[in-house]
Amino acid sequence: MPVNAELAGRSYPASPPYLVGREKVREFARAVFATSPLNLDPDAARAAGYPDVVAPPTFAVVVQEHTLAQLLGDPDAGIDFARVVHGDQRFTFTRPIVAGDELTATLTVASVKSLGGHSMVTAESAIVDAAGAHVVTAISTLVVRGDE
Amino acid sequence: MSAAPQKSSLTVGEVIAEHDYHLTRDTLVRYAGASGDFNPIHYRDDVATSVGLEGVLAHGMLTMGLAVQPVVDWLGGDSGKVLDYQVRFTRPVLVDADAGADVHVVAKVGLLDDDGARIDLTVSFNGETVLGKAQVRVALA
Repeated sequence: MPVNAELAGRSYPASPPYLVGREKVREFARAVFATSPLNLDPDAARAAGYPDVVAPPTFAVVVQEHTLAQLLGDPDAGIDFARVVHGDQRFTFTRPIVAGDELTATLTVASVKSLGGHSMVTAESAIVDAAGAHVVTAISTLVVRGDE
Repeated sequence: MSAAPQKSSLTVGEVIAEHDYHLTRDTLVRYAGASGDFNPIHYRDDVATSVGLEGVLAHGMLTMGLAVQPVVDWLGGDSGKVLDYQVRFTRPVLVDADAGADVHVVAKVGLLDDDGARIDLTVSFNGETVLGKAQVRVALA
């Protein structure tokens, strides 16, 4: 089952709102060895000008994940999950995610390329807050191995 | 927590932070729960070997997540100063059930520009780099 070459440019519906919880941020921070008080202590975060604890940079993947599930679950995309390897990852921020944010993400397939029998699918998930303002874009390149 | 560094005090190539992380299977289970990534290749040897891997691997996103932390600490703990962060996953981090895995992170100034700096990360395990083009753009005054 090859990757659909016409996938480039396709967008998926916005993911359901994800409410960023303070304890989830702390749990994620501990899991990635973050030790900054801004990630853990609301008072320290407020003193630094944030409304609540600040999520570590890679926390955006938790929200992005819901959009990648849409792409991988789309039978017309032709992406066999068992053959997918995470090639690269990028986060481009307008501002950091903070506890209390209600985020939605919209995935667009930026490109589909063939390389040595493999397909490289680059997916950009734009994550916005409840006011619709951009927070971060999470970009993943998935390498889909061809038939061996 | 120290104050954020000044751009004028930095030189390209300078090491600004360095840190060692010891990963165990517990670390991987903790990250699985925190991130929602429950792919069993990150906690079950039988599943990992059945798909041709040597054993249980760390989540690539865990490696990415911890590798930026020395930079965040250097920024005075303010991860909001991270403008952009990218990595390429080039080699797996195999986490032995008994010995775990040691990951070493070195952060250097790669570039200075109007917005701040680009910090380049060298992330290694068993003497080999596991991330390629690992770059953090940070805002500095």
